[in-house]
Amino acid sequence: MNDEQEARRVLDALPEVTEERLRVLHDRLADRADARGVLDVAYRTVDTPVGPLLLAATAKGLVRVAFSIESHENVLTALATQLSPRILRAPQRLDTAAREIDEYFAGRRREFDLPLDFSLSKGFRLTVLRHLADIGYGHTASYAAVAAAAGRPRAVRAVGTACAANPLPVVVACHRVVRSDGSSGGYRGGPAAKQALLALEAA
Amino acid sequence: MTGKQPFETVVARHGPTVLRVCRAVLGPRDADDAWSETFLAALKAYPDLPGDANVEAWLVTIAHRKAIDVTRAAARRAVPVADVPDHPARQRADERDLDLSAALVALPRKQREAVAYHYLGGLPYAGVAAVIGGSADAARRAAADGIAALRKTYPAAADPEGEG
Repeated sequence: MNDEQEARRVLDALPEVTEERLRVLHDRLADRADARGVLDVAYRTVDTPVGPLLLAATAKGLVRVAFSIESHENVLTALATQLSPRILRAPQRLDTAAREIDEYFAGRRREFDLPLDFSLSKGFRLTVLRHLADIGYGHTASYAAVAAAAGRPRAVRAVGTACAANPLPVVVACHRVVRSDGSSGGYRGGPAAKQALLALEAA
Repeated sequence: MTGKQPFETVVARHGPTVLRVCRAVLGPRDADDAWSETFLAALKAYPDLPGDANVEAWLVTIAHRKAIDVTRAAARRAVPVADVPDHPARQRADERDLDLSAALVALPRKQREAVAYHYLGGLPYAGVAAVIGGSADAARRAAADGIAALRKTYPAAADPEGEG
């Protein structure tokens, strides 16, 4: 046995670093980072009837909601590039958002009252997202109607693109935009999730 | 590959190594503080870290600076206050292991730094020398002296049961 191996064998007897200890340290780090203003993006997940949702927030507000079929890991990696790599799991910043989402899926909430950060959306897409708030809980509108409301009646396809790229699904209710023939159309969380949300709101 | 991993990934991947390094250099009581300060400083500087940097070596370098800060702060606090560990149950763990921790922390500073940064932090001796000063050869000697001293004060480790 050489010296390196021998040394490593000696050091193998050091106390283990436990998962529990690391969790305590991680959570303390997230709290301190938030308090010192160096946590650019905080995230957590919340379980819902349409699967676990990833919630991410900047200091300004909720910036991203993601379905598991989008791959939460990929979404976080994308946020690191789009916003900042200073990202930590830090549930505290998202307590209110998680509670409101729970209430929504329990049928006890019809509107979200959360600060939103729209910095992932620009131009016409942002205009479209802002108009979605006009469609109330339990109602639907066609892509054409949203295009007209957003001031570009012929931009029906662009409305579809804006909804498909909505960084804040569920909270910004793009699921209420449906095809003129009454079928539900595509959705970032998959067609089943869109139908589940429409059914929830129709109940 | 463009862009960086979310910092959460850095903590998950390197958190255990940095804690082992901090414990070796400072002992279990002050290690938690040094760990927190290391990752806070790293989080702050992370956006400016070059994409191809060796993240673990970078963290070990920060941990070294933070360990010095923690040692100085502890020295300023002349009165030993509230050194109750937040997890007393952990201290019961394995007495053998605790003996080794104590023996490690009792080494001269250069020796335990060389042992910690090379064997636990994964830095080559040239990297260790860049962090603690001196030459790579001196770092290698310090680590070897440290391990030899550990084997002397902690003979059980040199002859673990069940190995032939």
